[in-house]
Amino acid sequence: MKHKLLLLLSLCVFAFNLFAKETPPAPNPPVFVNDYANALQPEEKAALEQKLFDYFKQTSTQIVIVIEQSLEGDDAFGYSQKLAQNWGIGEKDKKNGLLIYVALAERKMRIQVGYGLEGAMTDAISKRIIDGILKPNFKQQAYFNGLNEATDAITKTLAGEGFTNDRKGKSEGTPWGLIAVIVIVFLATIFRGGKGGRRGGGGGGIAEALLWGTLASGGFSGRGSSGSGGDSGFGGFGGGSFGGGGAGGDW
Amino acid sequence: MKKGTIILLAVLGLFVLLLMNGCSSYNNMNEKRTVTEGAWAKVQSAYQRRLDLIPNLVATVKGAANFEQKTLTDVIEARAKASSIQVDPDKLTPENIKKFQGAQGELSQALGRLMVVSEQYPQLRATQNFSELQSQIEGTENRIKVERDNFNDAVTSYNTYIKKFPQILYSGLFGFDKKGFFEADAAAQKAPDVDKALNN
Repeated sequence: MKHKLLLLLSLCVFAFNLFAKETPPAPNPPVFVNDYANALQPEEKAALEQKLFDYFKQTSTQIVIVIEQSLEGDDAFGYSQKLAQNWGIGEKDKKNGLLIYVALAERKMRIQVGYGLEGAMTDAISKRIIDGILKPNFKQQAYFNGLNEATDAITKTLAGEGFTNDRKGKSEGTPWGLIAVIVIVFLATIFRGGKGGRRGGGGGGIAEALLWGTLASGGFSGRGSSGSGGDSGFGGFGGGSFGGGGAGGDW
Repeated sequence: MKKGTIILLAVLGLFVLLLMNGCSSYNNMNEKRTVTEGAWAKVQSAYQRRLDLIPNLVATVKGAANFEQKTLTDVIEARAKASSIQVDPDKLTPENIKKFQGAQGELSQALGRLMVVSEQYPQLRATQNFSELQSQIEGTENRIKVERDNFNDAVTSYNTYIKKFPQILYSGLFGFDKKGFFEADAAAQKAPDVDKALNN
């Protein structure tokens, strides 16, 4: 009887290992770059985080990077799909989340594309980014370079530019937009100073509203950083969903 | 109050309670049914996506010098068969789902063989066109997996709900029938015949 129980128990454990690795809980406080395997230097991580946060503020699109030591026997697609879905990367209605998943031990990677981004970020382009950018960099253990270039390629693709373009030669003449933003930021800083930096529902000044309107033309809806020094936080993942778009590869 | 009146009131109360309960059960059943139908639409569009990719794939493969004809015809035939079987969302019976899955499973197998055979044509595999088609087909298979799982979840939730008390009293009355779902693929359990394909 005891033996049978033991057998059953070990079978359960085995089956568990065989089928599914548990996804980690969503990061709290939420961050875009989740390096559980310490593949990145702190400053590299910070640079990527800043870039993805800025991109999120501009577009409301959430691009998340997860680096783990191992898949523990799970398959890369199934696991990263589950991870993206469980965390709810992207906004619920826009479904604009994207996950770059890397497992070091298995040398596997996946780009997991949310429903709402599938039109721009096709499987073929995802594959091209994996084979053309991530793979060669990862082979030389240049994780930061790979991820940095890949996120650039992704943001350009999502902007409809294709990732071979460069932005040179676009801004000629007086950058009125930039000047306007600077003036608004200046004004907003003055106004914000008096109110302790809180940004609640409906109570903001005109300049402030303008500022946020400018920065967040894509719908950064009322979940800004709270308090001081809150440039690195965002309100969290919004419950976006994934349908299996994207591509995978190994190096 | 008379004893008879009390009994009458009790029965009336019970009746009203049952009616109210029936209403909420009905609404819930309806909602769950709508969810399964929505999930089915996504399943079908994922499979449709695969059907749409195949003519392109066939054209690309045909371009390769003397590609094995049998594999190619198998894919074309399996595609024709699979596209002829569509299931309306209001006819999601276990039999219909099984037929649908069977036809699509044959296509999966034919496609799998094509991919194995293509290993023998390095020039074909080296083309940008082929490798992109391959990644698209992979992505489509992944989408199918996801939508099938979602559909199965929705159907399981619906099927369990209509069989529970007290819904079971009304479900038959209002025509809420048990719906079919995807069984684990027979094709997935049967390993593709790699050796044979390579020796041809």
